[in-house]
Amino acid sequence: MKLGTFSYLPPMSPQQVRKQVEYIVARGWNPAIEHSEPEHAMAAYWTMWKLPMFGERSVERVLAEAEACRKANPGHVVRLIGYDNRRQTLGAAMVLHHA
Amino acid sequence: MSKGKAASYSAGVKAYRQAYWEPDYQVRDTDLLACFKITPQPGVEREEAAAAVAAESSTGTWTTVWTDLLTDLEHYKGRAYRIEDVPGDPDRFYAFVAYPIDLFEEGSVVNVFTSLVGNVFGFKAIRALRLEDVRFPIAYVMTCGGPPNGIQVERDRMDKYGRPLLGCTVKPKLGLSAKNYGRAVYECLRGGLDFTKDDENVNSQPFMRWRDRFSYVMEAVKKAEAETGEKKGHYLNVTAPTPEEMYKRAEFAKSLGSPIIMHDFLTGGFCANTGLANWCRENGVLLHIHRAMHAVIDRNPHHGIHFRVLTKALRLSGGDHLHTGTVVGKLEGDRQATLGWIDLLREKYVREDRSRGIFFDQDWGAMPGALAVASGGIHVWHMPALLAIFGDDAVFQFGGGTLGHPWGNAAGACANRVALEACVQARNEGRQVEREGKEILTAAARSSPELKAAMETWKEIKFEFDVVDKLDTVKA
Repeated sequence: MKLGTFSYLPPMSPQQVRKQVEYIVARGWNPAIEHSEPEHAMAAYWTMWKLPMFGERSVERVLAEAEACRKANPGHVVRLIGYDNRRQTLGAAMVLHHA
Repeated sequence: MSKGKAASYSAGVKAYRQAYWEPDYQVRDTDLLACFKITPQPGVEREEAAAAVAAESSTGTWTTVWTDLLTDLEHYKGRAYRIEDVPGDPDRFYAFVAYPIDLFEEGSVVNVFTSLVGNVFGFKAIRALRLEDVRFPIAYVMTCGGPPNGIQVERDRMDKYGRPLLGCTVKPKLGLSAKNYGRAVYECLRGGLDFTKDDENVNSQPFMRWRDRFSYVMEAVKKAEAETGEKKGHYLNVTAPTPEEMYKRAEFAKSLGSPIIMHDFLTGGFCANTGLANWCRENGVLLHIHRAMHAVIDRNPHHGIHFRVLTKALRLSGGDHLHTGTVVGKLEGDRQATLGWIDLLREKYVREDRSRGIFFDQDWGAMPGALAVASGGIHVWHMPALLAIFGDDAVFQFGGGTLGHPWGNAAGACANRVALEACVQARNEGRQVEREGKEILTAAARSSPELKAAMETWKEIKFEFDVVDKLDTVKA
């Protein structure tokens, strides 16, 4: 099974993940974390981990929320989102942790 | 006449410039504006030629008629209001013409083009004529349906974010049986592409009737979705000999659950295209638009219609994808000019920018945009340049660049997907993907034997011919 953008590349190192978060922040998008049971990963809606981090500019804080989400939801896939509110779409969406 | 004094009728032929050349005219926000490149016959003055084009594309004819006096021609006529030199070409000039909005039926691309590029293109006083650009007033734009779904809706429906989409046109373009054709589709989609496409020539020929093709293809789409867990689609071509047949095919595609269908908007015609776009909006089906015949109309730099105008026509008539050329592949397309028309296809507001061949500000209001489709002779080595040129809101449409992989379609599709994702990752990291393309692809190939094989197969292929239709600039 594949889970969207970057699912055809090898898993990213922590340093590479950090750069993708930097990209979302630099574009002015709103970072968000969400998670799902693997068997429901094709659904349009995953469970939000808290609210999207509107206006968040700290890469550390985004990475920390992703880690907290993973710890609290063992066995779930965890995804990083960059909400582009101006274009009303997701500017970025990538799976950080496979189950 | 508008000055309150009744005119008297005098029969005969008058110079066009008397009525249709108005250099002092103040353009109105509601006017439809056009820029023509005119090659006049020897001895015809610029103002007279420009006025003749304005007249013949609006209210005028070759002689005065008494019924002119039964209406207010001052209100209804188009007028030439500006003339400009064409940079680097003393034999031609640009003429700007303003048309009042009442000359055009609401929501009718058909009607606009019947006037603007009708009889006037065969007019004897003009040796050649090209419609370079049109400013559609927002008041007119809002009477048109436009793209039936738009880019954001397509991303949500197809669940594709943060990258361009990938497609492949099934080849050989003619001659496959429906079942073998579906096999080619299945292999591409399971390998990692988002879409496959009917070639434009494929309608419903004796070797593969449409209903058979649709059924096998949709089985392939569903199987690939179940296997990969990703949303997939195939542009089922519903271009048909009659509108009735076109709608019949569209209904069947919908009944099979196809997320997208396809139409050729120039050979099929604006009337059929606008109707089909309306059908797609009502039925929640995406609409991919091919552009067969465009080069007949847009390639000659002195005569015809520029592709940026055809792009605007399609956005108004309706389509969610439009083929725009690749800049880098086997087909014609200047880079700056291409950037101009992909803006016109996708953005909400596009400013005049002569360096991209855009002659007018264009406000699209609330009308959705459509994805640019880069198709024609592209392969993995082109990926860095394609991403740099087109950005995310595009479909990179391969053909031989997927199917010609030494290990087959699925491996070719995987190579395409790995190359794309590696370039997107690098771009997001702030790297210059065009300049560093070779290193990015080479690094990605280390963990993808499919990409490595693709890079070895196509290393040497280049299409290095100069473009025929260049932007008008002073030659250095």
